[in-house]
Amino acid sequence: MTTIDHAGRGEGGFRLSQLLYDRRYRSLTIQAVAMILLVLLVVWLVDNTVTNLSRQGKDIDFGFLGTVAGYDINQTLIPYSSQDTHLRAAAVGILNTLLVAFLGCIAATIVGVLAGVARLSRNWLISGLMAVYVEGFRNVPLLLWIIVIFAVMSEGMPQPRAFRGDDPAASMLLGDSVAITNRGIYIPGVEFAAPLAGSTGWTWALILGAVLAGVLAARVVKKRADARQEATGERPVTWPLRLALILGPAIALLFVFGAGLNKPELAGFNFQGGIHMRNSLIALWFALTLYTGAFIAENVRAGILSVSKGQSEAAFALGLRPGRTMSLIILPQALRVIIPPLISQYLNLTKNSSLALAVGYMDVRSTLGGITINQTGRELEGMLLLGLFYLVTSLTISALLNVYNGSVKLKER
Amino acid sequence: MSDTHAQTAAFQASFVREEMVAASPPPARDRGVVKWLRENLFSSWLNVILTVLGLLAIWWIASHVFPWMLRGIWVADSLSECREIRNERYGEGVGAACWAVLTERWNQLMFGFYPQDLYWRPVAGVAFFVAALMPILFSRLPRWTLWFSAAAPFVAFWLIWGGTIWAPVVVAGGFALGALAYVALSNVNQIAATLAAIVVPVLFWLFAAGPLIGALQSAIPLAIEFVPSDDIGGFLLAVIIGFSAIILSLPLGILLALGRRSDLFIISKVSVAFIETIRGVPLIVWLFTASLLLNYFMPPGTNFDLMLRVIIMVTLFASAYIAEVVRGGLAALPKGQYEGADSLGLDYWQSMRLVILPQALKISIPGIVNTFIGLFKDTTLVVFIGLLDPIGLSNAIRATTAWNGIYWELFIFIGLLFFVCCFAMSRYSMYLERKLAREHR
Repeated sequence: MTTIDHAGRGEGGFRLSQLLYDRRYRSLTIQAVAMILLVLLVVWLVDNTVTNLSRQGKDIDFGFLGTVAGYDINQTLIPYSSQDTHLRAAAVGILNTLLVAFLGCIAATIVGVLAGVARLSRNWLISGLMAVYVEGFRNVPLLLWIIVIFAVMSEGMPQPRAFRGDDPAASMLLGDSVAITNRGIYIPGVEFAAPLAGSTGWTWALILGAVLAGVLAARVVKKRADARQEATGERPVTWPLRLALILGPAIALLFVFGAGLNKPELAGFNFQGGIHMRNSLIALWFALTLYTGAFIAENVRAGILSVSKGQSEAAFALGLRPGRTMSLIILPQALRVIIPPLISQYLNLTKNSSLALAVGYMDVRSTLGGITINQTGRELEGMLLLGLFYLVTSLTISALLNVYNGSVKLKER
Repeated sequence: MSDTHAQTAAFQASFVREEMVAASPPPARDRGVVKWLRENLFSSWLNVILTVLGLLAIWWIASHVFPWMLRGIWVADSLSECREIRNERYGEGVGAACWAVLTERWNQLMFGFYPQDLYWRPVAGVAFFVAALMPILFSRLPRWTLWFSAAAPFVAFWLIWGGTIWAPVVVAGGFALGALAYVALSNVNQIAATLAAIVVPVLFWLFAAGPLIGALQSAIPLAIEFVPSDDIGGFLLAVIIGFSAIILSLPLGILLALGRRSDLFIISKVSVAFIETIRGVPLIVWLFTASLLLNYFMPPGTNFDLMLRVIIMVTLFASAYIAEVVRGGLAALPKGQYEGADSLGLDYWQSMRLVILPQALKISIPGIVNTFIGLFKDTTLVVFIGLLDPIGLSNAIRATTAWNGIYWELFIFIGLLFFVCCFAMSRYSMYLERKLAREHR
């Protein structure tokens, strides 16, 4: 406020009414008032919280994260037992959230792109069917779809014992490797006869690393081919080499570690072996995929429609073949429109995965934000950590989005 | 020319065509149904395959669904009775829907545990509310009908919850007092008038409203039976939460968007923080915050209605999304519009109200309606904090011994309810876009 006085006196006397009527000072007045009101609000809320907590004899303490959780989690990506801490339980939940979000994003992209392209098809029947799919899923709550798929899986599918006997009521699919039962879907898993350092996790990490290195090597090859084309006008054929670079080492490693398929088999009352995908995961994954896919389909459609017809006509006039037209002219322009809403759909999918609660999928909301809170009575701290996790995830993804937007922005004068 | 004519005449031609031959119709494959089929369904081999696959899919779905629906059994007491009737009528194992669950429980799915003999009240309330929305939605209706729109929230509130009529009347009176204070002071001092328009009603509601309602009620007792919020459920609950949050979140969202684009540093930073925090966390977490934590933030002893808390949370949540949509609309306007408004000498609020917002909101209509549709669908999430929305009730019905094992019939009913509302909203937004389109006519 001293600066105002100073500036005011400089112009021949500052009148108090200038604080309200002079545009230069009014913005400061408004902000000062807003600031005071905001501080008062925060003080009021904090004061209420402190009073309420002291009344109930509670304090704010995150020490509960280090204590024994004492509950089981039915789907764990990292080793976990009920004797582990609440912190580890939260980590298991976070990984489960990320797992279903990851699976959902990939599947929803595939479904969405296919449906979006099909909706633009000149085939009346196909575009009509896709319109029904998109409208049907966009206008009905996601929660309903999750529960529907869960109910269909758990009440409509055969029991494992239906697979038993000489003339079973149900049979496995794809050469006896996939079993769809009312307890979930059993699929074959990859098993290593001689894993690296005795750990399957490290083996996978090594193979993933080999694939990544292969991708990098393939990019180097492509760059050199590009340089050669720039210099001589001739493009060497590189795709067999690039494919070999990407897949070769990984396949070789699979052989070295003795990889083999581990098919699920009926043993006793249930299937053993392979990977068991629980109904909760299936319901959540499929529902998120179909629901988000309908939204992505609309984004893809809008993106393709946004590239004007003149662009492809101009490309043809330049003598580009249809494939090159698509990859060099249409896609780069359509992707600029498609990618931002696509990423915000990924964000929505991640946040919507918190509906896991409806089918008992143990995501971070069910572990940290559910059982942990109930057992320790630390609602305030638990909800704070939970909110923080989602906030950090969202802000990270939107930061990446901003970087991407900056890189593809139209460069104007 | 005449020369040639003379020559033709000399040949003594026996026939000269005098009129044009009617154009022969296009070949059969190029007209009518056949042309349409060829162009739309069988234009290439790929399309032939897709069409056949599509037809097979439709046939497969239709041949399973329609007989199942049409064989539906409408009167029965339980799923097992349904199955007995089915076995009698169509034989064992034949698919037949058991619509009886809807015949018996539709009232719960629609109204929750609202007293049965009072169903006319929520129906009348919602009907009045929807009718009163029409003057806002369709500008062709006479403008005086807007008074109904202003009265609608109070009428609907009174009809649904009941109690003394003086409560909504006195609350509405608060708004009238604020308007009066504004009009009285606006000739004297604009700022004082704006302040008074906010402060007077708040003081009135805080201190005078309670005693006044009591006094009026004891003087002229006018009341209908009071129905507590706990009894309200089903689709009625979704409609109440959805409508309230939609109506409240639009103005709040616009204010937040203006705040975010404001030159005032503190205002814009506070708006950004609010919007990003709300959008970064799923609604479910906010709902749990409302049900578990709100009591911590309020003065000790405050305990207000769970439904009210939910409405507040959903409103705040939706307003953050609307703020982002409106911000997109504001950013899409050319800078000349802002400068033009300034050069006319309009102050900030005038330029926003008369020049900027009408254009920005027009651009944002699809996004705003999408947010509303999302909000309406999200009202189903209240099931997680113990409110009885349609999905919560369907879970309860499926847990009873009589209806254990039924699911498609319930979910189709609930899905249809939501589909109709959301689809209507999206169609209305398309109508509005067409009506407001000013270019390319």
